Amino acid sequence: MAIDKFLVEASHIMMFARSVGDANPIYHDEDYAKKTELGGIIAPPTFAQSSAQFDPDYFLRPKIGGEGWFGSGKEATGAKPSKESSGGGGGAAMGLHAEQHFEYHLPVKAGDVLTATTKPGNSWEKESKRAGKLKFSESVTEYRNQNGELVITATGVGVQTERAVDS
Amino acid sequence: MLKENEIKVGDTHSAVLVEDLKRTQIVQYAGASGDYNPLHTDEIFTTQIAGYPSVFAHGMLSMGLTGTMLTDYVGDGALKKYGVRFTNQVWPGDTLTGKATIIEIREEDGSKVIDLAIETTNQDNVAVITGNATARIET
Repeated sequence: MAIDKFLVEASHIMMFARSVGDANPIYHDEDYAKKTELGGIIAPPTFAQSSAQFDPDYFLRPKIGGEGWFGSGKEATGAKPSKESSGGGGGAAMGLHAEQHFEYHLPVKAGDVLTATTKPGNSWEKESKRAGKLKFSESVTEYRNQNGELVITATGVGVQTERAVDS
Repeated sequence: MLKENEIKVGDTHSAVLVEDLKRTQIVQYAGASGDYNPLHTDEIFTTQIAGYPSVFAHGMLSMGLTGTMLTDYVGDGALKKYGVRFTNQVWPGDTLTGKATIIEIREEDGSKVIDLAIETTNQDNVAVITGNATARIET
């Protein structure tokens, strides 16, 4: 994944903060934010995840006029049966999020324009009674701002399970 | 930001992150984050095709909710690191409580920081997130 332009906008930060139950005015009130040491609206700690909005190829977003989506419509799945359907069905086979780590180098502020590049990290396997064989894989994303400064390093670990897990 | 003379190892901060998590909040997170995986929002797909008992929250929603507790404690722009493991799924109806515990006060790159252990549990006291964070403090 590479994102050429991740526009960090105040309204997006406001919506994101609302969705994680965060009423802190530093995420929505510019007058308040200006008076703080940070000098303006900043992004909450997990906001970088929403860079998916700016990834043209992000596979978990229905594409306009594009291929079928695998969510329900007239049928329980909208995906065309010819497309990769595996064992327990689309979703379960795609993998779940096992871990997420962020390192913050500089604050991300409303008005920043970030770029992101992702590289694969380690991968490993584990047996689990609940979900069968687990395949873990790591990806490391570096976010840089408009000045080329590294602002966030994000490491995600995904896991693919053999079976659906219903804890 | 926390002040060095006001904290000690073992101090904890906890907060209820969400009570009776609603599917609508999961939808809200899907829209804001851009992760529209139907496993989180489409009950029909998730139960009939994917074989789960219901939709469930994005791991990143739990991490985000936990992050709210964390920044409320350590202050804005204070975090240096924040990492979690998703240990159990979060379902609609869950009530989550997040807790941060100071495990070390030390120096890093010439400034004082604290290391925190983080745990978020559901109403059955099952951990849904475990993790750690490092934050700057004032001296």
